[in-house]
Amino acid sequence: MLNSEVESEPRAGLKPSPGQNPETAAAPEVSPVRGFLLSRGNSAIADAGFRWLMVFSGLSIFGIVGLIVWQLALRSQLSWQKFGFSFFYRSYVDSVTHQRIFWDPVSGHFSALPFIYGTLVSSFLALLISVPLAVGLAIFLTEMCPQALRGALAFLTELLAAIPSVIYGLWGIFVLVPLLRVYVNPFLIRWLGWTGLFSGDNPTGLGFLAAGVILAIMILPIISSLTREVMTAVPQSQREAVLALGATRWEMIRMGVLRNARVGMMGAIILGLGRALGETMAVTMVIGNTPEIHASLLSNGSSMAAVIANEFTEAVSDMHLSALIEIGLALFIVTVIVNALAQLLMWAVTRGAPATAR
Amino acid sequence: MGVGIEVINLNAWYGNNHTLQDINLHIPANHATALIGPSGCGKSTFVRCLNRMHETNPIGRVTGTVRIGGLDIYQDANPVEIRRRVGMVFQRPNPFPTMSIYDNVAAGLKLNGYSNRRSLDEIVERSLRRSALWDEVKDDLKKKSGASLSGGQQQRLCIARALAVDPEVLLMDEPASALDPVSTSKIEDLVFQLKSQYTIVIVTHNMQQAARVAEKTGFFLNGRMVEFDSTHKIFTNPSDKRTEDYITGRFG
Repeated sequence: MLNSEVESEPRAGLKPSPGQNPETAAAPEVSPVRGFLLSRGNSAIADAGFRWLMVFSGLSIFGIVGLIVWQLALRSQLSWQKFGFSFFYRSYVDSVTHQRIFWDPVSGHFSALPFIYGTLVSSFLALLISVPLAVGLAIFLTEMCPQALRGALAFLTELLAAIPSVIYGLWGIFVLVPLLRVYVNPFLIRWLGWTGLFSGDNPTGLGFLAAGVILAIMILPIISSLTREVMTAVPQSQREAVLALGATRWEMIRMGVLRNARVGMMGAIILGLGRALGETMAVTMVIGNTPEIHASLLSNGSSMAAVIANEFTEAVSDMHLSALIEIGLALFIVTVIVNALAQLLMWAVTRGAPATAR
Repeated sequence: MGVGIEVINLNAWYGNNHTLQDINLHIPANHATALIGPSGCGKSTFVRCLNRMHETNPIGRVTGTVRIGGLDIYQDANPVEIRRRVGMVFQRPNPFPTMSIYDNVAAGLKLNGYSNRRSLDEIVERSLRRSALWDEVKDDLKKKSGASLSGGQQQRLCIARALAVDPEVLLMDEPASALDPVSTSKIEDLVFQLKSQYTIVIVTHNMQQAARVAEKTGFFLNGRMVEFDSTHKIFTNPSDKRTEDYITGRFG
């Protein structure tokens, strides 16, 4: 940085300034191009300005993230001082009803555990449903879709991403939840009840499963369009190499396309997961908003984003507000941890192999 | 051991573009046959018709008969079967970048469910020896990725990959045109050695290369085969004026 400035100094001095240029005076016939270039003056100043502007843009990220963390930490002081680290796991059993209570603003009991649980369960359920569908869609679009259908399908997929989340929530309440309640849930309880994942007598149809399905639909476009992008970027020569070895279409896709695109696909999945973790409105509308932990996916629950959206405006005590902000901080930390784990997984999967096909 | 190829009235199209017109020839078994001609004359399309790769292009279309060792590949077999018997090496080296050198060579066998570890080791070694790459890579077979090799090594890796499935015919579509002179001469040496065991069809626009490696040479021009004869005859005493113009460098 210093070097370049020192270097540019004498050059700027040597450069003839417009008007008093000896060469211009000596040769009366200056071509228009030469004249224009000579009149441009010293561009080093503008270049330095440009560099500082870019440095500022880059460093502003540190400022923004720092401010967010600082404010979250500052405003959650009250609950942090009272509960300490136990905020993330504490609970008590009610002496009358014998139920485990995690979160009771009236009596001043706060714990983030059921919300962390709800966020993770609904997000991973969403990935479980969405990833196979999204990858299948991407394969169909890049490898076997007739040209005429391709544009329309891609457009519709992108359109899913443009729908506001509150609309997803409404659709969830009026279409998805009744559907789950009447047809899907009884079926799951009957045939898969033995796994323990589908049990209980929740009559509403709301719950983790409803939230997971809504989230799956919401993250489908981002995963499938990014996956499609990386698959399209795989060179045709890779497909031909596999075909020439006597591969069927599926073998060609597995060896020639998916293998080369897997790093990008992991990136797409992480982005989808990021969106699922933070999604608020649609989840709030269908998850049931009960601060409880159940193994069954059919029972009501809540998520970190959902409880903040639900209770923030109605929080009366300072402690309640502080606890909600600490949940916000926890959501931030969980997102960071999940992303870090995903990066680790990505390393493990790729293990030093080159990231991109030639 | 290789088998001969009989081509009868072969026509090929890209969309409305009639790229190959009425090609008839007999490619002898266990010899190298070179196809020469200016760019865009259809010689690449022709070899891609010999393993039914041409039709993988959505606008590609083929009519006519190709018999490989008596099997009519467009009537009596599906493309997957054909490509297991006919290996292909492309113009640009295309190893699998996410696989080790070993896995690159074994790809064709693993694809078809071949899982005998010991004999797989042997086949990988034999294929790499045949493609004259073994000594350069034997120490990091499973450590290095196929893409970490140099261009010439990558192309020999692709040849090893094609040889590992024990093909009867080896198609080479300008295998040395993206390589430096040293790598090119290694590829040529290789073709020279391999042709006793495989039927080799090599497309090239380097005429010296054709003269050095092939017994038979075909000259393509504008989608037609102008002349097909022994390499010696083509290069010393061609019967067609256009062949003579091309090999003496008057065009192309």
